[in-house]
Amino acid sequence: MTLSVSDVKRIADLAYIEIDDNEAKETLTQLSGIFNLIESMQAVDTSTVEPMSHAQSVVQRLREDEVTETDQRELYQSIAPQVEAGLYLVPQVIE
Amino acid sequence: MQWEIVIGLEVHAQLSTHSKIFSGASTAYGAPPNTQACVIDLALPGVLPVLNKGAVERAIKFGLSVGAKINSPSIFARKNYFYPDLPKGYQISQYELPVVQGGTITIQIDGAEKTIHLTRAHLEEDAGKSLHEDFHGMSGIDLNRAGTPLLEIVSEPDMRSSAEAVSYAKTLHALVRWIGICDGNMQEGSFRCDANVSVRPRGTEKLGTRCEIKNLNSFRFLEKAIDYEARRQIEILEDGGAIRQETRLYDANKDETRTMRTKEDANDYRYFPDPDLLPVEISASWIEQVKSALPELPQARRDRYVAEFGLSAYDAAVLTASRETADYFEAVVKQLPAQAKLCANWIMGDINGQLNKEGIDISACPVNPPQLAALLTRIGDGTISGKAAKTVFESLWNGELDKNVDAIIAAKGLKQISDDSAIEKIVDQVLAANAQQVADYRAGKEKAFNSLVGQIMKATQGKANPAQVNAILKKKLDE
Repeated sequence: MTLSVSDVKRIADLAYIEIDDNEAKETLTQLSGIFNLIESMQAVDTSTVEPMSHAQSVVQRLREDEVTETDQRELYQSIAPQVEAGLYLVPQVIE
Repeated sequence: MQWEIVIGLEVHAQLSTHSKIFSGASTAYGAPPNTQACVIDLALPGVLPVLNKGAVERAIKFGLSVGAKINSPSIFARKNYFYPDLPKGYQISQYELPVVQGGTITIQIDGAEKTIHLTRAHLEEDAGKSLHEDFHGMSGIDLNRAGTPLLEIVSEPDMRSSAEAVSYAKTLHALVRWIGICDGNMQEGSFRCDANVSVRPRGTEKLGTRCEIKNLNSFRFLEKAIDYEARRQIEILEDGGAIRQETRLYDANKDETRTMRTKEDANDYRYFPDPDLLPVEISASWIEQVKSALPELPQARRDRYVAEFGLSAYDAAVLTASRETADYFEAVVKQLPAQAKLCANWIMGDINGQLNKEGIDISACPVNPPQLAALLTRIGDGTISGKAAKTVFESLWNGELDKNVDAIIAAKGLKQISDDSAIEKIVDQVLAANAQQVADYRAGKEKAFNSLVGQIMKATQGKANPAQVNAILKKKLDE
């Protein structure tokens, strides 16, 4: 697979990363290296290997459906930059 | 050209657990902002999610009730996007191996049944709420809802009209409440629909480009939004245009859909298995245990009502619209097994009508099943007429005389006159006083008969048994 500078810019755009032309070229070289690595790995026959979803072969522990948390809003909001009427305030984000 | 509308639905059902899907914070609705948002919901550094067994169990319950495959292992994935009401920067959802795979829902449409296939149903966490008004140019964030468990139920594009989509959504809504996994409260957002709509020339197989309409929170809006969207797409295509794949919002005030975002600027969610959560193993014995605790499902009850009580498919469908209604019907019919149709008619007519009028649920019905059964028993044994029964029903509803049916009948003098000799006496009096009509009838004027019946009913204040009146009158006139 070959990437172009415009691919890199689009990926950066989707990931909300701002990059200039020089950085895009540099990133293109690095990303192409990673793609080459993936390509050599794809040459390995994995048809008999079950896909792994986690590095450890243990299963998820479940908790009972019980409310165990109490209201600690004051404590949590004491470290928030800005709060009002119990809400966390953030820069406006209307799409 | 003839167009065919193709619809698939994605429904988010909020699961009725006490605590959140990955934390021990409460999910109760309506608490003051951020009082039910703990360190996990706030995504403070170093915290780890622990999966709620109750949420998985509800997903299994759903899967079993639609005949789906339960995946084991089932895995959780991160869906990455940026929005301040999602503090982790990703939503924990499922991508590969959702808990529920496949399954079907049977809907009723125009008196016939249709099978809608499900693609999957997966567990995920809800996001918080953003409030955009009145914070000096800032947005306010309430994370109480963040981490509330959702089951996203995805259908195949099997529906062909807004009516089918509404029927499917209603059937699904009834089912999740029936099996007790979701309260179905649409005002509070416990049951939300997104519709995927496309159109294609009738007779062709290839699916057209689809648009997704988000967040339809009532059945009426679902219907109107689909109708509008299909018309919009057909107009574009007939004008030689092309549909752009996009996400649209329905504006109920203007009754139209409008672009929210297009495919081009759609997020790449970069799904990947969440390393904080291990694969979930759902053992055969757990599935068996959930299965044995499942209530009799709506479809099974419908079939049983038709087979056991001889009800029509329509009646059976109305009575199984909710588990509460079906349970009510069964409690009444248990006492009058031979009169199932009478029981059904009263519940679908008088009870449902009055409940709708007063906007109350059948679980809060002022007339309970034994009281209705007592009333219907008195119709069945001829003590009161159907007309008088309406009066008794009204008294029961209003709580008169301790809701004692026999006491109400006695107090209001509603007892039907079923004594032949008493009726004969009245008939004789009426005949004597209406010689002209008797002559008319004997001269072949059938109408005169009804007029005489009316006179007799009037003379008995409507208390004579109409069937007996008819028989006796006929006998006397033909003598």
